Amino acid sequence: MIQAVLVFNNHGKPRLVRFYQRFPEEIQQQIVRETFHLVLKRDDNICNFLEGGSLIGGSDYKLIYRHYATLYFVFCVDSSESELGILDLIQVFVETLDKCFENVCELDLIFHMDKGGLSAAPARAVSAVKNINLPEIPRNINIGDLNIKVPNLSQFV
Amino acid sequence: MSDIVEKTLTALPGLFLPNPPGGGSAAAKASFSSRLGGLIRGITALTSKHEEEKLIQQELSSLKATVSAPATTLKMMKECMVRLIYCEMLGYDASFGYIHAIKLAQQGNLFEKRVGYLAVSLFLHENHELLLLLVNTVVKDLQSTNLVEVCMALTIVSQIFPREMIPAVLPLIEDKLQHSKEIIRRKAVLALYKFHLIAPNQVQHIHIKFRKALCDRDVGVMAASLHIYLRMIKENSSGYKDLTGSFVAILKQVVGGKLPIDFNYHSVPAPWLQIQLLRILRLLGKDDQRTSELMYDVLDESLRRAELNHNVTYAILFECVHTVYSIYPKLELLEKAAKCIGKFVLSPKINLKYLGLKALTYVIQQDPSLALQHQMTIIECLDHPDPIVKRETLELLYRITNAQNITVIVHKMLEYLHQSKEEYIIINLVGKIAELAEKYAPDNAWFIQTMNAVFSVGGDVIHPDIPNNFLRLLAEGFDDEIEDQQLRLYAVQSYLTLLDVENVFYPQKFIQVMSWVLGEYSCLLDKEMPEEVITKLYKLLMNNSISSETKAWLISAVTKLIPQAHSSNMVEKLIQEFTVSLDTCMRQHAFELKHLQENMELMKSLLPVDKSCEDMVIDSSLSFLDGFVAEGLSQGAAPYKPHHQRQEEKFSQDKVLNFEPYGLSFSSSGFTGRQSPAGISLGSDISGNSAETGLKETNSLKLEGIKKLWGKEGYLPKKENKLGDEIEAQAIPQENVIMENVDQTITKKDKSQSLTQSKEEKEKQLLASSLFVGLGSESTISLLGKADNISQFRKKSKVKEIKSGEASAHSMTGSSFSSLSNESYEDYYLDTLQDRGDKELIKKISFNSELLDSQSLTELPVVEKLSSCSLSAPSLFADSNMEIFQPSQSTAASVASEISLVSSLSEDPTEHLRSDLKEVCNNETISVSFYKIWKDDCLLMVSSVCNKSSSELKSINLEIVSAENFKITEQLGSCLPVMEAESTKSFQHSVQMEKPCTEGILSGFVKYQIVDNHSFQLEFSVTLSLLDFIRPLKISTEDFGKLWLSFANDVKQNIKVSDSRAALPSALKTLQQNLRLHVVDIIGNEGLLACQLLPSIPCLLHFRVHADVLALWFRSSCSALPDYLLYQCQKVIEGS
Repeated sequence: MIQAVLVFNNHGKPRLVRFYQRFPEEIQQQIVRETFHLVLKRDDNICNFLEGGSLIGGSDYKLIYRHYATLYFVFCVDSSESELGILDLIQVFVETLDKCFENVCELDLIFHMDKGGLSAAPARAVSAVKNINLPEIPRNINIGDLNIKVPNLSQFV
Repeated sequence: MSDIVEKTLTALPGLFLPNPPGGGSAAAKASFSSRLGGLIRGITALTSKHEEEKLIQQELSSLKATVSAPATTLKMMKECMVRLIYCEMLGYDASFGYIHAIKLAQQGNLFEKRVGYLAVSLFLHENHELLLLLVNTVVKDLQSTNLVEVCMALTIVSQIFPREMIPAVLPLIEDKLQHSKEIIRRKAVLALYKFHLIAPNQVQHIHIKFRKALCDRDVGVMAASLHIYLRMIKENSSGYKDLTGSFVAILKQVVGGKLPIDFNYHSVPAPWLQIQLLRILRLLGKDDQRTSELMYDVLDESLRRAELNHNVTYAILFECVHTVYSIYPKLELLEKAAKCIGKFVLSPKINLKYLGLKALTYVIQQDPSLALQHQMTIIECLDHPDPIVKRETLELLYRITNAQNITVIVHKMLEYLHQSKEEYIIINLVGKIAELAEKYAPDNAWFIQTMNAVFSVGGDVIHPDIPNNFLRLLAEGFDDEIEDQQLRLYAVQSYLTLLDVENVFYPQKFIQVMSWVLGEYSCLLDKEMPEEVITKLYKLLMNNSISSETKAWLISAVTKLIPQAHSSNMVEKLIQEFTVSLDTCMRQHAFELKHLQENMELMKSLLPVDKSCEDMVIDSSLSFLDGFVAEGLSQGAAPYKPHHQRQEEKFSQDKVLNFEPYGLSFSSSGFTGRQSPAGISLGSDISGNSAETGLKETNSLKLEGIKKLWGKEGYLPKKENKLGDEIEAQAIPQENVIMENVDQTITKKDKSQSLTQSKEEKEKQLLASSLFVGLGSESTISLLGKADNISQFRKKSKVKEIKSGEASAHSMTGSSFSSLSNESYEDYYLDTLQDRGDKELIKKISFNSELLDSQSLTELPVVEKLSSCSLSAPSLFADSNMEIFQPSQSTAASVASEISLVSSLSEDPTEHLRSDLKEVCNNETISVSFYKIWKDDCLLMVSSVCNKSSSELKSINLEIVSAENFKITEQLGSCLPVMEAESTKSFQHSVQMEKPCTEGILSGFVKYQIVDNHSFQLEFSVTLSLLDFIRPLKISTEDFGKLWLSFANDVKQNIKVSDSRAALPSALKTLQQNLRLHVVDIIGNEGLLACQLLPSIPCLLHFRVHADVLALWFRSSCSALPDYLLYQCQKVIEGS
């Protein structure tokens, strides 16, 4: 089961934070901070899995992350998820976001116009994610013929 | 369905974006977005956090005014909500808007509702009280004809919903499982999944419907139901074996590409679905050959189909391999899976390599030779730049550790440990090193050094078991006394050298270990004088960085050394220093030391040298204080009252003035007057209680160090496991031979290979051969495979093993117990109790009770139980007091059942009390009715099966299934070959309650065949209450008093009664009649009652009327019984 989805930029500024388990605000921030430090230390050419340790829920939890341009996408999952499966899920998630925002091309404009636009992304993304029952999206969306490559995401910043 | 989601996706951003694709013609929309946009823009334009705060506060107060204004339209409200969400997201409190979010969800049109729901799900959490207000809205929307509304309601239910309100929506959601739209069905399944997560009991009854969802024609619904199944199967795999076929069939279809193309991901059919199915199959097929056989084909197919062209196929492959190795093995599949693991391990992609290592750790237990195949890769991974990969490698090495490669592996682990800074990793790894060191240590020096490293690196975060086990190992030693002494000596020497180093700070736990070892075993040193050790310890004591807990350890080490020391200058200095210490604990120690020092003889006898493992006889009831207590009592001192009693009296005193003398209320009036010898033992027992509570209190102080020194182990008999050691000793040489062989072959191989290789390569080879020594031969597999099961090399079993002779002696006592009749052994143990001086006997009995208790359990729990009692000395004594009466339980059960078996055969059931006949199930052919007979020793359930049809029935079989709390002890005539038409036959079952509970349901079934061989089954259930198993316990007042004191579990409750004078007799009478309690005695305004829960768990009741309050006080040997009885009594008394 996915316990949390964290998206933050290279400086550790959270862009999307969604916990599927209730934590008090301070703990949430601490988790984001620690996760950021864990992930930041790692080169791009080493593996994308981390053991969460004491962070969220003990040894049963792992962090699976991907780094796209300036954004880190981190999923915290328990042992009932497949690592590689989640890795692809992140890919799908990013592709979905991409598709979502590209259909409404003004978005890129906002993001380019003023940096602050990015801070609104969580609200949008959260709503987008929340309303389509996250683990279910990729299983039901045909993305076979999607040719949007992830590097497009650099527009985000 | 995917287009619905797509629509959702495209519609959503439109809600929030400033200029939707349509051009943003709607004025309201424009104003809304510009406001949010304006807010965002405003914030980004600011330069400081302070300004942001100001702006948001402004925004919030204007929002607050708007949302509470009556003129605000829903449209505006929606816009406000969006801004509120934004503010809340930035971390400001927008709680005033929560209720409006709920309102919006309730009242708005579709769009507004959606925003309302969104806001609710973002604002509130599962336990928020406002969430209750949402329930009505959800119910309304669930009943709506608009699909979107239903969808929204289902979505919010699967996100947040108050657990206690589930019943309100459950039927509606169940209905939705039959909805014609698949998206509704899918969301309903997901909502039920959520319910299953938060309240599994509530959805138990719809398991049948889940099956329907699994067979749904829509793939999405089926996929959703897999979530539930994965979880349920994880909890109880045996219940779903029959579904294996379905899962296999589904997987076959998925793998075969039968799903709509929508579900393809990079042309792989529904990969996540496959992963889920493989996981389910893994759980189902574990240790089950028949089930596993069903899935071999499809697994083979999966392995074959997974062409390695994409990341996600590796994910499937990984799951597949894992499943193949988890289920009942099939050679052909294992070979293929092993090949796949090779692909992972050898892959240049680091993610795959990591998973390959992970897979190796899974399979290494079944096939250690695989590790040999990949040894070079593993060596490379050991030096991998990625710490995660490195750790996974160490985990793998941990699994293959044996006596030969231990030094290399532990060395690698320590290396890693020195680099690592994460606490979690340190704790984890340190535990592993300690475990390995205890298991396989090659020699003393290595062992001590490794443990030193563990303690100094692990610091104070290490698991407390590690130092404890280490000390235990040192203290108990193993067979060879000389070896033990050497180990201890080495430890002492190494610690002394460590302490010599200046300006080094050791972790507290390490110092504690050192101080204990020095205190116990410094005497082994020849040249070093105890004074010098004391000086070193003293230096540590004066160090400010040492915690007070550690100081307690240190000072008790000093205390132990003093009897051996010749001069005591240092000691006097120490005493002076600490008798004025601000730390009360230290002061106490210093005073103890001071007094002990004045009496050297006593001190020497109190602190014998090297006797930490000797048995110590403890008088847990403090009977030596009897005289003192009796004297005190005769001089008019008030008898001791336990804490809760004092509190209760204080409580009742607050209400009414009490003119009666206090005391153990009945003891003052009932027993002391009689001057029975029990009077003193009563006193002593009371003081014993006080000692126990005192002990507990000191425990809560930071006295752990002391407690330990005074012999947690010391109280217990020496634990020896000679038999086990012998086996180990035999096993090791065999291993050695094998391993040497392997060693040779490996080195040979290495030699031939190494000719052409560079020096670096050679080093790696060397490392490999040292790491993988002992692997790969068949006979070592079991050794490696079940590392946990093998007898440990050094570590003594922490369990107090009973020598077999002793055990049989105990069981003989046990059987002699059982041969006594119910009453006579009651007397017997009362007698033994009276003789409080005879501690040993009591100990024996209590020990015996342990034994008997555990006989019914499997062997492992026995061991655990014993170990648990041997681990905690204080609780042992607390236990022994209350468990003295336990031998009765199991023996009595057997006695009772034997007797009842005989009696029920011969005697007519009508002579006992019985309930009315009640029909529990029927159909057109038969009906089953029950009545209960409350026999003295058991509950007899007589079921009469009536054949209503005009034909003959064959092979009638009535069975009652043993339920959680009940046990069917015997069945009489549960099977009948033939039953004539229109006849009635009866069956008897006698039932015992195994664990007290207020009520329980026994279910059973009756099977029968009609003439044409059609067999039918009819299920029924009967409710049994606690009262069915309560019988009067006929004892005298004196016995009551003795029993009373021996029970540890008590419960009290005050009940208001209207008429105080008449209350007691009437209450007692009702209880006697309704609950079958035995009235032992009535003394003044106190009443004593006794009863027992069959087979023989006694429970005593004490009633006292005081003003208009009836105080009930229950005591029993069983902890749960008083609570349940209290409930019944309250019901009866308040009902009367």
